[in-house]
Amino acid sequence: MINSEIWKDSAEIDGIIGRMADELRSLVAERAIEAPLMIGIHTGGVWVADRLHEVLELAEPLGHLDISFYRDDFTRIGMHPQVRPSYLPTGIDDRHLILVDDVLQSGRTIRAALNVLFDYGRPASVILVTLSERDGRELPIEPNVVGLHAKLEPGEQIKLSGPHPLVLLRGQSTKTSAVKAGKASFAAPARCVKVEARR
Amino acid sequence: MKTGHPQLDGQGNLKHFLTIEGLSRALLVEILDRSEGFLGVTLQAVKKVPLCRGKVVANLFFETSTRTRTTFELAAKRLSADVLNLNISTSATAKGETLLDTLRNLEAMQVDMFVVRHPSSGAAHFIAAHAAPHVSVINAGDGRYSHPTQGMLDMLTIRRHKGDFANLRVAIVGDILHSRVARSQIAALNILGAAEVRVIGPRTLIPAFAEEALGVRVFHDLREGIRDVDVIIMLRLQRERMTNALLPSEHEYFQLYGLTAERLGVAHPEAIVMHPGPINRGVEIESQVADGPRSVILEQVTNGIAIRMAVMSMCIGTQNIAMQADGKTDGETNG
Repeated sequence: MINSEIWKDSAEIDGIIGRMADELRSLVAERAIEAPLMIGIHTGGVWVADRLHEVLELAEPLGHLDISFYRDDFTRIGMHPQVRPSYLPTGIDDRHLILVDDVLQSGRTIRAALNVLFDYGRPASVILVTLSERDGRELPIEPNVVGLHAKLEPGEQIKLSGPHPLVLLRGQSTKTSAVKAGKASFAAPARCVKVEARR
Repeated sequence: MKTGHPQLDGQGNLKHFLTIEGLSRALLVEILDRSEGFLGVTLQAVKKVPLCRGKVVANLFFETSTRTRTTFELAAKRLSADVLNLNISTSATAKGETLLDTLRNLEAMQVDMFVVRHPSSGAAHFIAAHAAPHVSVINAGDGRYSHPTQGMLDMLTIRRHKGDFANLRVAIVGDILHSRVARSQIAALNILGAAEVRVIGPRTLIPAFAEEALGVRVFHDLREGIRDVDVIIMLRLQRERMTNALLPSEHEYFQLYGLTAERLGVAHPEAIVMHPGPINRGVEIESQVADGPRSVILEQVTNGIAIRMAVMSMCIGTQNIAMQADGKTDGETNG
């Protein structure tokens, strides 16, 4: 990553995740859900889920999903070579799931993740948790618990760096080099970003 | 985009998979890495992913093969592609149609990929050279030349058991002369940096100048050849070689080159035994070894599906790729 700026440092993210954990705990209690199964989406979602899983002291091991095989733009942008096999610690039929991602923008990653999950079984319900959300939704998908909302200028991106420490970065997206490298990166110095905490 | 490389597109991505020779170590590792991900698909309730939905794959088999055709078919179906199986020996070309006419007709049916098996070396290259730009070609075995997906599934099997290739000693036993499988294995092992590749067999079944041409050590004594090796790959002995007087008899071949439990004792204590199948029990290998704890022969079959899924998805993924980045790849993009 080039010329990016720290948007939220690790201490701030720890605080955000703590508040997300409180909100999630309340939501799970409100819905009378017992023994939820938490699943993170590779890669940043797993990092966030790992922290939430620890704070909430969930009994079941953390699951993780790689959605590369379910992308709707595979023939346009190719596939990342390092596809990590998805791992679910138990069957998901009739289980209440907590799906965790880092940044929600278009909604296409979550659409793909839901498709992956339904190829493993039929969950009773899915709660969506994201560390941050930003404008640009292309599908009707909204999180149940979200840490931050960012209003970005056109062309700007935010991304999570981790796993130790977890830091949210912002910068200008360089789209052309990203395909070949298999990842997006930032080039020009970032412009001002309006950030507001959800809570 | 034409690059002059028969297998890669203008961005260096895999367009066709015709042979392992000439490919980079990084590309071979990429195929292996992707295959690891596809192995996990079999653990799902729905053993399919939608990567190649809407694509059409035609299996063109000019030579009979059940196992290879079936694994290609299953791989394509697990990628959600539509599959056509054409047994060419009993169809159009037998009625006088030229190969190119057959190809043009299939292209007119909007086929996106040809999987080709042919008795003539170079057939897959020929078809790739004459296929429409949007069509990818995968070599499923041509003559004595190449069987690249078999070579790669063997590499995946080895890597899953042994990890790094750097310290590996691998022995390939049998009919090296006629074996496209052995050529692909040797090429892959050399590119991936195996410490030593040995070929073992009677003089009539080892190519002349094999050491210089293939970069291997040649042995004619099985015990000497498999001593301390980490991997033993037994090749299938084709019975027609007997009638061509390249070998005196199956019995004598087994006495000299058949892998038995007793002979396996000179290899490394954790050596694995491989075979591309189908096995001639009691000719190349005794049942006690083929079915024993060191055998990974059935794993090779499973890994073959994952390798073929990886190669097919890589080739199809380059067919209309656009240079744009959006979406989730590394915990750093927004989706």
